Amino acid sequence: MVETLADTVRVYLLLVRMWSRAAWAYRTSFVLLTVATAVVTGLDIVAILLIFAHTPRLADFTLPEVMFLYGTSSTAFYLADSILGTVDRLGGHVKAGTFDVMLLRPARALVQVAADQFTPRRLGKVAQAVTVLVVSLSLLDVPWTPSRALLVPLMVAAGAVIYGAIWVSGAAFQFVATDASEALNAFTFGGNFLTQYPLVIYGREWLWALTWIVPLAFVNWQPALYVLGRPDPLGLPLAFRFVSPAVALALAVVAALAWRAGVRHYRSTGS
Amino acid sequence: MRAVDRISFRIDSGEVVGYIGPNGAGKSTTVKMLTGILTPSAGHIRVAGLNPVRQRVALARRIGVVFGQRTGLWWDLPLTDSFELLRHLHRIPSARYRENLELFTELLDLGAFLHIPVRQLSLGQRMRGDLTAALLHDPRIVYLDEPTIGLDVVSKAAVRSFLAEINRERGTTVLLTTHDLDDIERLCGRVMVIAGGRLVYDGSVDGLRGRVNAERTLVVDLAAPAPRLDLPAEPPGARVIRVDGPRQWVAFPATASAAPLITAITARHEVVDISLREPDIDEVVRRLYLGGLRSSAAAASSVGDPSGTDDPSETGGRSATSAK
Ligand SMILES: Nc1ncnc2c1ncn2[C@@H]1O[C@H](COP(=O)(O)OP(=O)(O)OP(=O)(O)O)[C@@H](O)[C@H]1O
Ligand SMILES: [Mg+2]
Repeated sequence: MVETLADTVRVYLLLVRMWSRAAWAYRTSFVLLTVATAVVTGLDIVAILLIFAHTPRLADFTLPEVMFLYGTSSTAFYLADSILGTVDRLGGHVKAGTFDVMLLRPARALVQVAADQFTPRRLGKVAQAVTVLVVSLSLLDVPWTPSRALLVPLMVAAGAVIYGAIWVSGAAFQFVATDASEALNAFTFGGNFLTQYPLVIYGREWLWALTWIVPLAFVNWQPALYVLGRPDPLGLPLAFRFVSPAVALALAVVAALAWRAGVRHYRSTGS
Repeated sequence: MRAVDRISFRIDSGEVVGYIGPNGAGKSTTVKMLTGILTPSAGHIRVAGLNPVRQRVALARRIGVVFGQRTGLWWDLPLTDSFELLRHLHRIPSARYRENLELFTELLDLGAFLHIPVRQLSLGQRMRGDLTAALLHDPRIVYLDEPTIGLDVVSKAAVRSFLAEINRERGTTVLLTTHDLDDIERLCGRVMVIAGGRLVYDGSVDGLRGRVNAERTLVVDLAAPAPRLDLPAEPPGARVIRVDGPRQWVAFPATASAAPLITAITARHEVVDISLREPDIDEVVRRLYLGGLRSSAAAASSVGDPSGTDDPSETGGRSATSAK
């Protein structure tokens, strides 16, 4: 178990190195894209600052608190994005038949898809999100008890796993429906956008759906309520603030099963 | 749709087997099932003792695969980078890796383009790169799906002699899919023919000729132009098919011996020279494909020669894959 995990990481890093070198073959576009990504990600933060230029509070949340939500959600999201990368475009590999080639290598297909097209740019987005998170932590006015302090890295890790599980499940679905990539993005990129703000601003119905249907509330909202010392608008028991790791684990299991079923359904292409 | 149906065969260690059939017969589908890419909807496959789908990663360490239509090389990087990656993925000991790379570079003449990005290579150069990539880790079995497609005569010859050498020196088992019958004649001791998803022939290349009532031809050069040759009753079916001055062509069943015919002709006529022509393999295969498509059901049950003990590659029962 430990050995297979170590081996998986080793293979992943080998592939990441290959793709990074390949990306370097197109230096100019690499640099331009890096700048463009930094600007686009930066605009998210500008949007938050603009809101607070007009109002001191958003649904009763202060600027540092919203920055905290943004920081945790985005760090989790971009961590998952860095690791899994273009897994959401699996349908393209299925259609082009390039997935065949991955199945011929002595490495797990998911690891290869995750590392596919890796570029060091992905890490830049994580850095930006972490910066916002660190700034928010320095501004927050909460008593830093050990349980609060511990919950922060835990929620980021659980959030990353939740996003990752949604990504992988969506990718598995593309073995059957090769064009589902856009629909999947609604859940991931859309989910990241939603969870950057206090979920309560979308109304109770959305809050309920994001808790019980697509459990994005467990990415950062529920644990953040505890860290920020706020009551739950839905009135859920205190235990819900701490179940994110369990939710993440359950979703990861579902994703793994879906992926395996998907690969077994893979039909390849002609030739 | 059934892409392949009731295919059953067993390949022994060290064999070089040709796998031929018309377009859409199910050759690539078979290879994809043998490598674990496709999950058969029914039937049973074992390759090197492993279940290809369940033990795909373990199997990938023991086999090498080349799909002529598709490359496994890193498009934007030089060949050496792809090879280095494979060295790590397969954990090839460095001494062995250097030895293999040196040998393959020499046999396949890779030296000139080892350091050029793959996207800039010609088809033949890339194919030689893919072959090397498939064999660097000393696989016990290699599957080659149209490895000579689009190659010029020189490259084809290089690929063939390379495969022959690897088979001879290392005992590597080879399953070769091709539309080039020269590949089969030059490399394969055994050939399997698939048509319409069914195996219609499995045996030696020579046996293939007998299978379709093929005929051999005697070309007889007489001392002087003469009327049609006076042929003996043995073998039945022998007849003169063409006369051109002093030269006459005598066709007879490929399964019959030429000796009595030659004896009789030389006894009855003044002969300067006689030569024997084997049936043209292209013609044999063309007939077999046509016949196979019509009567594949009748032939499929008689194939398979499960005689060997060490069987690296085997499919049995009804291996069908259903596709939309
Ligand atoms: N991914 C796929 N989905 C659906 N049908 C497929 C798929 N791949 C192949 N087929 C069908 O299965 C049959 C066998 O195809 P296969 O590719 O195995 O033929 P082949 O013998 O390799 O032919 P060729 O000589 O043209 O390469 C064909 O009728 C083909 O249309
Ligand atoms: Mg084919």
